[in-house]
Amino acid sequence: MANIIELQDVAKHYEMGENIVKALDGINIKVDKGDFVAIMGPSGSGKSTGMNLVGSLDLPTKGEIFLDNKNIAHLEESQLAQIRGKKIGFIFQSFNLIPNLTALENVALPMLFQGADSAARNDRAQELLKMVGLGERLDHYPNQLSGGQQQRVAIARSLANDPEMILADEPTGNLDSKAEETIMDFLEELNQKGKTIVMVTHEPHLAEQHARTIYWLKDGRVEKVTRKVKDKWKEVRN
Amino acid sequence: MLGDYFFLALNNLRQRGLRSWLTMLGIFIGIAAVVSLISLGNGLEQAVIGQFGSLDTDKLTIQNQGTGFGPPGSTAPRQLTEDDMELIESVQGVDLAIPRLIRVVSVEYNDVVRFKGVINVPKEEREVEIMYDSVNAEIDQGRLITEEDRGKVIIGGSFATEEEFRKKIGVGTNLDINGESFEVIGILEKTGSFFIDSEIFMPEQDLRELLGLENEIDLIVAQVEDPDRIEQVAEEIERKLRKDRNQDIGEEDFSVQTPLQSLEAVSTILNIINLIVSGIAAVSLLIGGIGIANTMFTSVLERRKEIGIMKAIGAKNKDILYIFMLESALLGLVGGIVGAALGLALAFVVSSSASAFLGGINLQVTFSLPLILASISFSLLIGIFSGIVPAYQASKMNPVEALRK
Repeated sequence: MANIIELQDVAKHYEMGENIVKALDGINIKVDKGDFVAIMGPSGSGKSTGMNLVGSLDLPTKGEIFLDNKNIAHLEESQLAQIRGKKIGFIFQSFNLIPNLTALENVALPMLFQGADSAARNDRAQELLKMVGLGERLDHYPNQLSGGQQQRVAIARSLANDPEMILADEPTGNLDSKAEETIMDFLEELNQKGKTIVMVTHEPHLAEQHARTIYWLKDGRVEKVTRKVKDKWKEVRN
Repeated sequence: MLGDYFFLALNNLRQRGLRSWLTMLGIFIGIAAVVSLISLGNGLEQAVIGQFGSLDTDKLTIQNQGTGFGPPGSTAPRQLTEDDMELIESVQGVDLAIPRLIRVVSVEYNDVVRFKGVINVPKEEREVEIMYDSVNAEIDQGRLITEEDRGKVIIGGSFATEEEFRKKIGVGTNLDINGESFEVIGILEKTGSFFIDSEIFMPEQDLRELLGLENEIDLIVAQVEDPDRIEQVAEEIERKLRKDRNQDIGEEDFSVQTPLQSLEAVSTILNIINLIVSGIAAVSLLIGGIGIANTMFTSVLERRKEIGIMKAIGAKNKDILYIFMLESALLGLVGGIVGAALGLALAFVVSSSASAFLGGINLQVTFSLPLILASISFSLLIGIFSGIVPAYQASKMNPVEALRK
């Protein structure tokens, strides 16, 4: 199967004063198109750093990253921005909506950065908000919405440029269990429609219930990779 | 596209309402100062020149002054005399020399006492004519004093209307001046000069007797035959007076002022006023610019996360740069528009209060569209300039670091 993103021997080191912190120390991750991948690990395992690299928000200290078979490890920030804006949709734990923009404007914003005209942006943003069940709240500001509703706006926003991959960083970390269910259902539905989902989480039940491939990270390395085959988890060779 | 950035920038500014307005305060003051000063400048010049009476191009003014040598008080100005007048009249090119006395007297009427300036009406017909001409005197009521009148005065235009004496002064009213009674036989039209409009004109003989003056003269006005030769005549008068007084160049205890010099004195005053206000405006605009830069820096720090989000969803460095630059430019633009409006309003307030409180002064406001546009553009430039560094800083922010809480 073709993969959408591949990290080859990727390391990310941070300088903290005189020490070098190895957040990631040579990992390999391959995400197949259409897969639902979870990146699991305790805090400090490097999963946030990993997610930043997968989302092309950051560049590695060592190693190569291929997004759609294109090496992006040595691109400039502005080129990266253009690529991730088009190919990747982000969902964050703390929703990260822009507080002084309405739901509609928030969803339309990624399209603005891709140069779409205003009418097209509005139409698509409305359509997406209807899809996540917020068609009646287009003009609400984030602080007028509940956490679950805000995350649904964020899902709509992540789909704005019709990306191939959705990157969700602890998407239900700030939500109650009912909202969690709604959000996870949306992600599954998107996956069924063909979107590749990469979800970072530290909750095994979420990963095991929804994902099909799990990367278990520990101390900046991939500890193991498991894959669901006929409803059973099997460790596979990385 | 630009319109969308504009919307985002405006939205951010509105969000920080009060802070945005406070940020623009420096710009308001600076631009308002510039606009009001320049709008009033022309009118101010006319009004100040008006205060000097007429600036006839064919009259010289000779005055005594201290030499400036030695301790204060040791060189009390010596009075001009009839002898000086004769000397000046003997200079080639001088048609006539007119003595001028400028004094202060107490005027009592209706049990109210006021101190007023008084000018002499000279003793000869032609002198009287030139004197009236030099102060632009036009009769409003009654008649002018001639060289033959005694015990009579005429008064300036604002005198009669000001009701300083709680009772109107009209033609035929008797005023008690320094204890003597004088009849008002004429009232002048307002000339626009604050000094002349509140002046009393009195026959020279009467004034000398009233104040116990012998042959001293405060000021000599020399009527020149050919206005084109006025500079040469002035030099000749200076030379003769120096010789008469045994003084070297630079030691003179008198001065000969040409109309040009009077004009220069006016423009010097105006230039000083201009300089001070320009200085205030420049400092204010500088502070305004620093204020905008400061607000923008704060804003960049406060909105780190927002910048991170925008970058995550595909904003390029350029996009972030434009959004922040536009915000800064908008601060400058709105600051300029409001400042210009305030400046114009201020100019009109100053103008109308000048005519209300300084009776007779007509301070015209010149409305200049180029000035308004230039001020607003300049203010816009300040906004753009102040925004460059903060906006650049915002655009270069690393998305991962910006997103970190």
